[in-house]
Amino acid sequence: MTESNENSGKSDRLEVLKTYKMYIDGKFPRTESARYYQPVVNGTSLGNVCLASRKDVRNSVVAARSAQAAWARRTAYNRAQILYRIAEMLEGRSQQFLDELIRQGMEADSAETQITQSIDRLIYYAGWCDKYQQVFSSVNPVASSHFNFSTLEPVGVVFAVASRDCPLLGLISLIAPVIASGNTCVVLASENSPLSAITFAEVLATSDVPGGVVNILTGRVEELSEHFSRHLDVNAIACDGLGVDLNTTIKEFASETIKRVKIYHQEWSAEAAANPYLIQDFCEVKTTWHPIEQITESGASY
Amino acid sequence: MTHKNSNWDLSPAPESTGHISLNDHYGVFIDGEFRTPDHGNRFQSINPATGEVLAEITESSSQDVDRAVAAARAAYAGEWSKMGGRERGKYLYRLARMLQEKSREFAVIESLDGGKPIRESRDVDVPLAAAHLFYYAGWADKLSYAFPNRNPQPIGVAGQIIPWNFPLLMAAWKIAPALATGNTVVLKPAETTSLTALKLAELIQEAGFPPGVVNVVTGHGDVGAAIVKHEDVDKVAFTGSTEVGKLIQKSIAGTNKRCTLELGGKAANIVFDDAAIDQAVEGIVNGIYFNQGHVCCAGSRLFVQESIHDQLIEKLKHRMGTLIVGDPMDKNTDVGAINSREQLATIEQYIEVGKQEGAEFYQAECQLPDAGFWCRPTLFTDVAQSNRIAQEEIFGPVLAVQTFRTVAEVIKKANNTPYGLSAGVWTDKGSKIFNMTAQMKAGVVWANTYNLFDPTSPFGGFKESGFGREGGLHGLSAYLDI
Repeated sequence: MTESNENSGKSDRLEVLKTYKMYIDGKFPRTESARYYQPVVNGTSLGNVCLASRKDVRNSVVAARSAQAAWARRTAYNRAQILYRIAEMLEGRSQQFLDELIRQGMEADSAETQITQSIDRLIYYAGWCDKYQQVFSSVNPVASSHFNFSTLEPVGVVFAVASRDCPLLGLISLIAPVIASGNTCVVLASENSPLSAITFAEVLATSDVPGGVVNILTGRVEELSEHFSRHLDVNAIACDGLGVDLNTTIKEFASETIKRVKIYHQEWSAEAAANPYLIQDFCEVKTTWHPIEQITESGASY
Repeated sequence: MTHKNSNWDLSPAPESTGHISLNDHYGVFIDGEFRTPDHGNRFQSINPATGEVLAEITESSSQDVDRAVAAARAAYAGEWSKMGGRERGKYLYRLARMLQEKSREFAVIESLDGGKPIRESRDVDVPLAAAHLFYYAGWADKLSYAFPNRNPQPIGVAGQIIPWNFPLLMAAWKIAPALATGNTVVLKPAETTSLTALKLAELIQEAGFPPGVVNVVTGHGDVGAAIVKHEDVDKVAFTGSTEVGKLIQKSIAGTNKRCTLELGGKAANIVFDDAAIDQAVEGIVNGIYFNQGHVCCAGSRLFVQESIHDQLIEKLKHRMGTLIVGDPMDKNTDVGAINSREQLATIEQYIEVGKQEGAEFYQAECQLPDAGFWCRPTLFTDVAQSNRIAQEEIFGPVLAVQTFRTVAEVIKKANNTPYGLSAGVWTDKGSKIFNMTAQMKAGVVWANTYNLFDPTSPFGGFKESGFGREGGLHGLSAYLDI
């Protein structure tokens, strides 16, 4: 006979705790600083979470930059399928997210809504990948013999500070439009509710998203803001729900390299919070001029 | 050796100046009237080609800025933002037409005040300024078609600060989209080139715009700073140096002001061995010597594929020898006066730096007038990527030439700059063009042409060349809450 505790009820079995690590370059390293913090919900600690350092910011920006050109070169169709794949993986893991959102202090009902909205939001932006360009591009009727057109290009590497209060939907509502156009990003997860962000990283890691396209850090925005807003290789910053002072500091540092800074105070559950203008927020307009020869059946004219 | 055949020199063909009307001094244009402030502070606007004083300009005080902003606010709260788009558009159409009617006078004043060749003022600056007004006039009642699923609204009072290289054209680039979208404006022209902005204010008055819709305050940098920092300004639009752009972005960091910046550049103009070389030489010359090189999108870094370097440089030097440098008022002149003594000093300093860094120096031989500020078209070959003349914006007629062997190499070199305003590509191969234009980290890319502008064509930079676009449908969003 086996020993009695092997077949006995759950209560006797020691639960295997999950170590929540960060997500950089498609891998799950601990912070190089070996520091941690313990988010507390209703008097209970969520566990030991990585406290990201300046060096972690720099490592993830390197990863994001290295991945950017290749991600932008993917066809729009391919990016669309990968975003859709993220949604598929998320759907399959719904129960795990439900448990974690509840652990992070959310009511079961709202947690469930947040998960389904997150899945639907990914599908929404998956659809935009090969459509926003047609909506926002133009052929410009210049008064000379040139083919002149303007298209959107990804701005490059985006650093995003995700919503504190909307830990999954807020995170996804920023990541999806940013990567839809071919940007790569580093995202700082909700300080209070970081677990679901790291589990979302596991979804990304199994969704054909190339390593480095999305990097997720956990830690304190107050500590990291100077490092990402002054970083020479960050092109744009998205801040969601930060206070005026922090936004000001970030914008001041960002001016040193003319970074684009977008400030959001969104209610992400609203239908209107998902729209292609968020994709445009992280794109540059490029205009190309190309001469047109002027020869018709009746001869040439210049 | 000069390449110019002296037997074939062109006779002078001076544009007359008798038909223009300039006052001895100008006040500020606030609430529909020219006003002479009590403080009486003025500075002189001179002709950089002769050193002669053209007029005295008001050095605005912070109180003058306050009054201008208050007038713009009142006009915004009053008639202007409530007016239907069609009527707003008709004011702009009227202004465009009146500018066309007075185009000769504006061209002459622009060349007198700024030093640019009359041929350029006449054929580029003034017609394009009118075209911008005409283009955006038509958008005023069509804004809901520009932004799908949105209801765009004006922002409020726009503070607009413009540079001295295209004074009237930049005024039109700023004013046209701002007014078409229902905002009101406080405009500050650059201190060396205020005259055409003030003449435009006269035209706005003559066109019967409601008072306060456009206000013009003149003066130096601190007047611009007062506009930027004014708490009742909702939107800042700036064209100028990256250095000042950074200061502006920082100074409004604690506010919700909207901002667009059109800043410096150090554009790569890339010539492949399969390009039509004579055509490319014309494009290189137009790219860097147009408007004395006072162009933010100037093709100031030339990349030549190694196999055609010697041939191309020889042709380029020959072409430089045929450029006519001198009197801006002469219709034959290709390169006019440097805009100011300060800018000439900056350019000359960079030429010294280029020589010290070991690049090979060449200047076209040409006679320069005795008075005024002048710089011969200048070429540096054997330039290294790390040289300051290849890294920093000179804003003068100074070209830095580098070579390359492969496509991958030139992409890397061209993009290796904090700037990203424009680029040029010269090749006969279509697929190469579209690869190159896609690879350039720049807002405007010219293929087999250079330095072309059009009101329908969005203009603006990547990276430290600024953000936001001017021109085209994309230029509207800078002035709307979407």
